[in-house]
Amino acid sequence: MNPITENVRIVPAGDHALAAEFGNKIDPAVNNRVHALAARIQEASITGVTELVPTFCSLLIIYEPSILKYEELKSMIMQLVQLPEASVSGTGRVLNIPCCYGSHFGPDLPDLERYTGIDRDEIITIHSGAEYKVYMLGFLPGFVYLGGLDERIAMPRLSTPRVKIPKGAVGIGGNQTGVYPLESPGGWRLIGSTPLDFYNPNRDDPVLCRAGDIIHFYPVTSSDYYDIRRMQTHGDWTLEL
Amino acid sequence: MAIRVINPGALTTVQDIGRTGYQALGMPCSGVMDTRAYQAANDLIGNKPGEAVLEFTLFGGIYQIEDDAILALTGADMTPLLDGTVCPMNRPFPVKKGQTLMLGTALSGCRSYLAVSGGIDVPILLGSRSTNLKCAIGGLEGRALRAGDLLPTGISSIIYSDVADRSSPSRVYPEDLTVRVIGGPQEDLFTEQGLETFYTSTYTVTQESDRMGCRLAGAAIDSKHGTDIVSDAIVFGSIQVTPAGQPIILLADRQTTGGYAKIATVCTADLPALAQMRPGYTVRFQRIAVEEAQRLL
Repeated sequence: MNPITENVRIVPAGDHALAAEFGNKIDPAVNNRVHALAARIQEASITGVTELVPTFCSLLIIYEPSILKYEELKSMIMQLVQLPEASVSGTGRVLNIPCCYGSHFGPDLPDLERYTGIDRDEIITIHSGAEYKVYMLGFLPGFVYLGGLDERIAMPRLSTPRVKIPKGAVGIGGNQTGVYPLESPGGWRLIGSTPLDFYNPNRDDPVLCRAGDIIHFYPVTSSDYYDIRRMQTHGDWTLEL
Repeated sequence: MAIRVINPGALTTVQDIGRTGYQALGMPCSGVMDTRAYQAANDLIGNKPGEAVLEFTLFGGIYQIEDDAILALTGADMTPLLDGTVCPMNRPFPVKKGQTLMLGTALSGCRSYLAVSGGIDVPILLGSRSTNLKCAIGGLEGRALRAGDLLPTGISSIIYSDVADRSSPSRVYPEDLTVRVIGGPQEDLFTEQGLETFYTSTYTVTQESDRMGCRLAGAAIDSKHGTDIVSDAIVFGSIQVTPAGQPIILLADRQTTGGYAKIATVCTADLPALAQMRPGYTVRFQRIAVEEAQRLL
C-alpha cells in the first residue's frame, strides 16, 4: 500500500489532454499504478474530464479546456495521486495463441537472428516459452501490448515504419511483442503470424483479448495455420484457454 | 431522401466529429480532419452540430441529388457546379431532385465538406457515423464511397429561407504554414540541438501523408537516446519523431497509442489549417505555452 506519488510526472499533451507518467518502463507494479489512478479519477467523476486512456506506464487524461484549465486539473490529479494504492488484479484468463514463425509469415526473423546472435529455433523456443501479460490495448482495435518479452530477443523497431503489415503478424518492437489485429502501417520486426482474429468487427465481441489476460504463443506449421484459419471462418475453432 | 454517387472523386468518406470514448479499447477516433470547416457546413444549413457530412480529398467527384434538399460546401474550394452552373462555397444553396453537383480539384488546400439538410444517415457505430478505413468500420460499409452508392439522408424541417442569409468565411490555405505547438509530452528526450532543429527548420509534407498522419521530411531531429519509448496514448496533433529523426503529425484516423517519442503537440486552434496541407506544402513550428493555447480556443 505505497502511495503513488513517487516518480510521477504530469505534463501537457496538447491543450486538451495531460499525461500522468510513472516512468518509462514495462513493469507490472508501474502498470498497476496507472490503472489505480484511472480508477480514482473515475470515482472522483471530475466535471470536464471526458476520457481516460491508460497505457503501460502513463495515463492520458482528456479534458474540456472550456471547463477546466491545465493547472487546475493538474493539481486535482496530484491530489488523487497522493492517496494510498489499491491492488489491481488481472482477468485470470490464459489464452493459447497459435503462431507460424519465420518464412513469409515472419520476414524479419533472419534480421533478428543476426541482431541477437541467436538462431531461429532458439528464438522460437524463447518467444513461445514465455507468458505475456496484456498490460493495455491500443494503437488499433484489439492490439494487445504484452509484457514479459525475454531481453535476449529484444530488438529496436525499424527506423522507417512499413506502410503495410498484414493482419495477424506477430512482431517484436524494442522489448515488447504483440500481434497486428488488422492490416496497418507499423514499425515492429515481424517474426511470425497467428491465424486467429484478434479483431473482427463482424463478431459479437470484436476484440479477442482484455487488459489483464495472460497470453502464451505456441508454434504451428504453415498447414496448421491455414487449417486454423479455415476452421475459424466456419466457426469450428475454439480458443484454448 | 438520398444522394447518389456518380463519381466518388479521389477519396470521399462519411465523417462526423469522431468516435470518442473508446480509445482505451484501441478504437481510433476518426472523424473530420478540418473540424472548423465541418462545423461551419452544418451551421450554414441549420443542421444539428453532430450531423455526418461528406469529406472530399483533393478532387471531389460527381453526385446526383435524389430529393429536394439544402446543401452547403466548406473547406477547400473545388469549384463546385450545379447542373453546370457555378454554385457557392460557404453559403447554403437549395437543390432539386435530379440535379447534379460536380466538384473539381481543390484550388488550395486539400479537403472539402458537403453538409446536406438532415445529415448523411448511415448507421451509428459506437456513437459515431465516422468512417475508419484502416479498421473498415463506420460510414458506408467502412469504406470510401464508390460510383453507384446511394447515401441516405436524414429528415430536416429547415426551409431555405430560414438560412438563406447565412455565410461562413472563405479561406485560402497557405502552402507554407506556421503551426503553433505545445512542447512535450516527451520533449526532454531530445537534445538542445534537436529542439533547435525542430523549431527552426522547414518540413515538407510527403506523399505518404493521409488521414492517419501527416508525414514530414526535413532536417533530422537529434534525440538523446533514440526515439523509441514504451508506447503511450496519442492525441489529434501529437508530433512523433521516428528513429530517423523525421516528424509525423498524427491526425483524425491516428492510432490510439504509439511508440515514438512526441516532441510536441499542435494547438487545437491550428489543426484545421494543418488538415488542409497537401503533399509538397511546407510546415514550420512555433512553441507556445499551454495556457496561451487554451486562450486561443
